[in-house]
This record gives sequence, C-alpha cells and structure tokens, in this order.
Amino acid sequence: MLRISGAEAFVKALKREEVDTVFGLPGGAILPICDALYDSDIRFILARHEQGAAHMADGYARASGRVGVCLATSGPGATNLVTGIATANIDSSPVVAFTGQVPIPMIGTDAFQEVDIIGVSASVTKYNIQVRRAADIPWAVKAAFYLASTGRKGAVLVDIPKDVQVSVEDMEFPEKVSFRGYRVQEEPDPRELDWASVLLSRAKRPMILAGGGVISSNASRELVALAEALMAPVATTLMGKGAVPKDHPLYVGGCGMHGTGEANTLLAEADVLLVVGARLSDRTTGLVKDFSPNAKVIHVDIDRSEIDKNVETVTRVVGDARLALVGILDRLRRIRLESSGDSEWVRRINELRELYVMPEAKGNPHMRAPEVIKALRRSLPRDAIVTTEVGQCQMWASLYFDSYAPRTFLTSGGLGTMGWGFPAAIGAKAARRDVPVVDIAGDGSFAMTENNLATSVEEELPVIVVILNNRMLGMVAQWQRLFYGRRYFGVELGKAPDFVKLAEAYGAVGARPESLEELEREVRRAIEVDQTTVIDVPIDPEENVFPMVPPGKGLKEFIMGA
Amino acid sequence: MHRSLSIVSFLVENKPGVLFNVTNLFRRRGFNIESISVGPLDDPELARMTITVRADSRVLNQIVEQLDKMVDVIKVKRLDPIRTVAREMILVKLQTSDPMAREEALKNINSYHGLILDIDAESIIAEVTGETEMIDEFLKKVSPIGILEFSRTGVTALEKGRLRL
Ligand SMILES: Cc1ncc(C[n+]2csc(CCOP(=O)(O)OP(=O)(O)O)c2C)c(N)n1
Repeated sequence: MLRISGAEAFVKALKREEVDTVFGLPGGAILPICDALYDSDIRFILARHEQGAAHMADGYARASGRVGVCLATSGPGATNLVTGIATANIDSSPVVAFTGQVPIPMIGTDAFQEVDIIGVSASVTKYNIQVRRAADIPWAVKAAFYLASTGRKGAVLVDIPKDVQVSVEDMEFPEKVSFRGYRVQEEPDPRELDWASVLLSRAKRPMILAGGGVISSNASRELVALAEALMAPVATTLMGKGAVPKDHPLYVGGCGMHGTGEANTLLAEADVLLVVGARLSDRTTGLVKDFSPNAKVIHVDIDRSEIDKNVETVTRVVGDARLALVGILDRLRRIRLESSGDSEWVRRINELRELYVMPEAKGNPHMRAPEVIKALRRSLPRDAIVTTEVGQCQMWASLYFDSYAPRTFLTSGGLGTMGWGFPAAIGAKAARRDVPVVDIAGDGSFAMTENNLATSVEEELPVIVVILNNRMLGMVAQWQRLFYGRRYFGVELGKAPDFVKLAEAYGAVGARPESLEELEREVRRAIEVDQTTVIDVPIDPEENVFPMVPPGKGLKEFIMGA
Repeated sequence: MHRSLSIVSFLVENKPGVLFNVTNLFRRRGFNIESISVGPLDDPELARMTITVRADSRVLNQIVEQLDKMVDVIKVKRLDPIRTVAREMILVKLQTSDPMAREEALKNINSYHGLILDIDAESIIAEVTGETEMIDEFLKKVSPIGILEFSRTGVTALEKGRLRL
C-alpha cells in the first residue's frame, strides 16, 4: 500500500498501463496532475486545441493498436475534446480521455469552468467515470483502459475533480478490474462456426466484406487465408481498407457510396456474404433492401448488437474476428472444401475489374486528384501510413491510394470529422517514428485543425500534408452540383489562406508543385529531411468523385460520371 | 409490423447515473418508453428496472441488445407476456365533497379492490393495483366523479414459476 496523492496515483496508474505518450492541453482543474506528470518520463505532446489532442490520441491508437491517451482541463477544455472522443468511439478506436473537474464541493454550483462532462459525453463514449475519491483513481484508470481496449473497443472518459487529485490517501493498484455487466465474448460459439462454415462451403458465389474489426483484431492474415480457401472476392468498408493488400488478386476494393464498381456489383451477385467486423452503416450498404439482395448474409462481430441491426442475417458468429476466421478455416479444412467459389465466379471478378477501370483525364489543365494520389503513392514506401481528412479528398484516397497493410490507412469513417486527418497523423507519427505519415487533405478540412502545425513542428513529429486544394468544400459542392442544380451555397472558400506561407509561418516547409513529378520530388524530399511539410496541390474546383451511389439508391445504381 | 406493448426487465448497478444512461439510450435511439419503474434488490448494489415499450420485434431485439451492451446493465430479459404477471399501482385523489360523489367513489374503489389511504371532507385518496388496462378502466369509471390528481407507478412484473431474470 502506498500513501500518495491522487495525482501521483494517476501517473503511477498510467505507467502501469505502459503509457508512453499523453496528448493534451492543461488548465486550472488539471494542474495537480500536470505537476505529477512533470516528474514522470511520460511524453506530453502539447496540442493547440483539445480537439487536436483527442484526434492525436485516436491516430496514435489506430496506428499502433494501443490505447491513445488525451487530457484536458474542465469546462471548455473538456467540451473541446468531445468531437475527438465521438470520432474515436464510433470508429471503435481505443482512446481514454482524462478531464479535470471543479472540486467536488463545487460540483453542481455552476462554478467557474464547470461543465457536466459526464452528461455531455454519455452518448459518445463507451463508458465514463467521475472519480469521487482519490483512492479510486488506480481502479478508475485501470477500468478505463480495460473497457477501451477490450470487446468492441471505444472511447472512455474519466473525469477527476481537482480536490480528488490533491487528496493524499492509501492507494492500492488492482491487477484486474471487472464489471458484472460487462462480458466480452471473444471465443465464438462452435455451433455458430459450424453453421457459418456449412453455408460458406455450399456457396457458389461467396464473397467477404471486411470491416474495421478485422484490423482491430489483427485478423488480416486469417482473412486472406479464408478468401483464398473459398476463392471469394474481398471488399472492404472504409474502415477495413488495408485489411487486404491492394495487390491481392481477390481484393476488389472498397464498397458503398464511393465503392468500386466491381465491389458494389459483386455484392449484388454474391450468393453467400461473410461480413466480418463491420457495422454495415448506410454509407456501406446504400439502400438496405438492395444491399447484396441475393446473398445469405453471415455476420461476424464482437458486438452482438450490430448483428441484424441494419441488415438481416441468416446466421451470426459473435466473437473476436480473428478467432472466428480461424474457427471457420479449421472447419472448412476438415470438410476438405474444394474452393467453393467456382471458376465462373473467379472469371467474373476479373471481368468486372477490367470493366470498371477508371477513365483517364482528358485534356484537363489541372492536376487531377486521382493522379495526384497515385503519384503520392509512388513516392511513398509500401508501409507508409496515410490519414485522411473528410470529403472528396477522403473518397479519392479511399479509391486511389493503394494500401498494403492494416493500420496504414486511417480515416474518420463513422463521423466523417473534418480536421481529423492532420492531428491524427501527428498522433500516428508519435506511435510510429519509423514510417512516413501523410495526411491526404482537403483545404476546408485542413483549415479546421491547421493550428496543430505548431505541435508537429515544436514536438518534432514531422508529417506530410498533401492538400488537394480545390478552394471549395468540395464534397458538399459535388452534392450541390449533382442534386441541387448547381446552386452553390456556403462552399466557396476563396483564396485564403496561402498554405505555403501558412506552413512557413509555423516553421514548416511549404511547397506548391506544378506537376506530378514535382509533387513526387517534394514528397521524397520531405521524407528525407524529415520535416513537417505542407504540399499544396491546386486541383480543379469542380472535379467530381466517381463512382458514386446517389443517396437513397442501391449499391448497383452507382454512377460513373455526371 | 406489430407494435404491441412489451415488458423488458433488467438488472443494473445501483449507482448514480445509471438511470440517466438507460433513459439516455432510449432517447438517443428513438425507443419510446411507455413506463419505467425501478427499485433496489436485496443486494443493495443492484437494482431492477422494468420498462414497457411499444415496438415491433426488430426494434425490441435492438432494445434488448443495446441495453445488454451497457456496462452497468447486468442482465436483460424480454418477459414472455403469457408467462408474466404485470402490475401497476395508481394513487388517485377524488373530489368527494358531494355525498353522492363520495358514495360513487367508494363503490368504485371497492369494486376494483382499492384501498382508501386518506379521507377528508373534500376528497379521498385511493390506491388501486392491477394490470395497466384495469387501471385505465378504473380511471375512466371515476373520472365523472372528479379526479383532483393522480400518480401512476408504471409497470412492474415477474415471470411465473421457475422463470427468472
Ligand atoms: C466537422 C465537419 N463539418 C462539416 C462537415 C460536412 N462536410 C462533409 S465533406 C465537406 C467538405 C470538405 O471540404 P474539404 O476539406 O475542402 O475537402 P474536399 O471535399 O474539397 O476534398 C463538408 C463541409 C463534416 N464532414 N465535418
């Protein structure tokens, strides 16, 4: 037993969770904890806005698979975290947020910088805890990491009143915590695996849809093995990108609103669809009744509430994605499956892939976004990490940036949070100093969190930002062009700022390449000099992202052009 | 799609914020609560909640799954309507200064096996327990007498025989 302050216990508890980095921004109500951190070797990365700190923790978590930690003061500090917490939580990214709070006797009095962050964050966290006694801090920290990183991962917030941080008490550090109402079913039920295997073995046109759960449970290898055993094409959701290497012959790309023609078409033709670790959101399914209408759907998920939520399934497997895939593979081997996907089905995959090769630009004076992204790909090593902002830039990245490994394509899928990509890239860099990290950005999104250039430069976490600069809130403009008769409203960003000068103002490198070759040179140079670099690439303000499934339509109704 | 009234009963951690989280879940996901009742168990760290909802079977499944997913919810069950007894209690204050009205009130309270909890020159407070429909019916019967105010507890329920939550 140790007699120490709540703040000291807090730092000790973080160390026990092997935390090496905390992202945050201090303030009055978290000062005792900051003072205790002063004496520790935990690296503190100072963000310039708490939203950035939360996104950094999220990027750190997604790149490394470890829990990301952020910290803020009470009131506005805590509310500034909310977008970041919500973004992490909906994408099942393990993030723990710590907030200071006014002293317990003042709670409920509308004291200075008091916000009921427990109430505010309730809907956007997996769980939250307000610590009421210093002696509970070790438990609360342990509980937060346990909940964030097990089962369906997510965001947990721990609110610590200032007096609790100061109070000195006898501390006990639990090895384990448990909640009576929290059970994680990792090991799937053998009967569910039997059913799934039988269905798959009888399929003529099997297909696999892989979501973020495959990445989260490190199941890529097993997924590929199963696809090969079945000769089943694999599509990914936006969150699943990277689960299968782009150059695998059975990979058909992303599906959904901006999925590839082949993925969306094959989904409509499959007779058995194995969904692994995906929650089948509207952006993935399109009109639900036309989502894989001919398939018997098997859904594997660690979160049973996702099964049958949006798409009706024939059978389910509740459990960890990797264990489920191993179980199915074992069974298929036992029944000596001779790859159920027949040769006609395999032919069909290739036929569609050729059919939907994207048309090349014709006589466009601007650099086209897809070409920019392909050039970027050429200038990066295979294992480089890419984060994205949100909008057209994100969909172009999803369509044209080839990813080869899990945890190398990071994007805000569920929330589509503009401004996520840049701080997330900084967080990813903090976790992975060994690889280049690039944010594929839109000018609108980057403007939302560009102040983190200061963090990237000052903390020596060099990342590359490639701005597809259309001087538009491009995706919104695309919708206004396609569905609102070109009546542009609130989408024209004008010329400001000059991103090259902006980068320079922060002590970063700024560049504005005029050709794809120059772009590639800039990227290579940025990697070599290892400095934060903003590459501003002017593109056509009115370029559309295709393919696109119009909202409310089935996946097969994608359009390839306007 | 059949949207009948269903009863979901569940065990929760008996601590601050849990009721908020449960109702917040219903609000957020657009599930409509018809009634809710809560009380502690013999283990003071636990409470049992009973919620009645009007939903089709798909939504009902989601309600059960989403509740089950909550860290502070320990066990959830949709009670089988045929094998469940469900009761609700009402306290009702009737305007009874008129002797005829008083007569009528007493008659009705009696025929619904109610209890009289308070009585003065102007009013009577009665307690009636029964199934929701019966309480509705009782209210309709006494409304011509003059209802000053009433308060209902919401449904509480147990499954019969060997069935347990
Ligand atoms: C925080 C936030 N606000 C608003 C939106 C709605 N929105 C979606 S895409 C988009 C435009 C993004 O513009 P930009 O970052 O320039 O990328 P582009 O689409 O031009 O590539 C907007 C405003 C959003 N996703 N996130």
